[in-house]
Amino acid sequence: MTGKTANESDRDSWTVAGRTFTSRLIVGTGKYSDFAQNAAALEASGAEIVTVAVRRVNVSDPNAPMLTDFIDPRKVTYLPNTAGCFTADEAVRTLRLAREAGGWDLVKLEVLGEARTLYPDMRETLKATETLVAEGFKPMVYCVDDPIAAKQLEEAGAVAIMPLGAPIGSGLGIQNRVTIRLIVEGSGVPVLVDAGVGTASDAAVAMELGCDGVLMNTAIAEAKDPIRMARAMKLAVEAGRNAYLAGRMGRRMYADPSSPLAGLI
Amino acid sequence: MTQRKAALANDTISVRVNGEHRRVYEGLSIADLTRDLGLSPDKVAVERNLEVVPRAKLAEVMVEDGDDFEIVTFVGGG
Repeated sequence: MTGKTANESDRDSWTVAGRTFTSRLIVGTGKYSDFAQNAAALEASGAEIVTVAVRRVNVSDPNAPMLTDFIDPRKVTYLPNTAGCFTADEAVRTLRLAREAGGWDLVKLEVLGEARTLYPDMRETLKATETLVAEGFKPMVYCVDDPIAAKQLEEAGAVAIMPLGAPIGSGLGIQNRVTIRLIVEGSGVPVLVDAGVGTASDAAVAMELGCDGVLMNTAIAEAKDPIRMARAMKLAVEAGRNAYLAGRMGRRMYADPSSPLAGLI
Repeated sequence: MTQRKAALANDTISVRVNGEHRRVYEGLSIADLTRDLGLSPDKVAVERNLEVVPRAKLAEVMVEDGDDFEIVTFVGGG
């Protein structure tokens, strides 16, 4: 064996579009009871990237607190999303504004197909990816857990592939480990499970499958204690990553004793 | 004072901001408009008639009659 120590895992990092991060957990900023709780959960999660939505300012109450007052965009990477967009045109328009609001080219593209499942519309998603790449954006793309669609997105210039583990906000966990694993094996860009994580073990499963990271919102925000759940997710992502790097034991159909059989009295 | 008010009333133009009709004084830049709405121009992004206005130009581009603005910012989201 090589002389690797446990501390080497502390230096584990991943890179997307030339930017390197040590935390493999990306957290959303929706559904929290208030900005202060959101900021505390972010702190506990150790995440370096947060997803944010782009919406009309509240013209009737311009002094309402703003997200940027609680989560400093100079310290945490804002990843603007296109949540709520159902066409490529809407998504591109939203991200053009997001780029102007913050000056970022690293964005999260999601183009939804229907409200009931919030499943991505892959035809529109691919179209939007091509337009965004042509305009200099670096899109991280929410997609179905389909290895072929993932490959097409990568070829179109997606800087990260983000397949759903289960529908957005469902908390059902990774429904199809086989396809997530196939996407990881076939991808030349980072793969992050985006959507579907419900609890810590789900995040660990995603990481054990070899994903580069996990993106979640509801699993933390709707926990009874979001701050504790944020910490649980941080640990789960680290645990899953370490288990993946360590290489799990083989599966056996029957028992194999851990104590020697020789020398029994 | 009443004279000034009357003069100003004549110098207003009609625009839409985030889907809502409003009358604003003529001769404002977009940066002025956002400040008049109580917003900080460096915390928002502005689209004018479906075209993004670069932040560096908010103080230069003048609001014109009939303009349709979308003024957005970042909010919590997943």
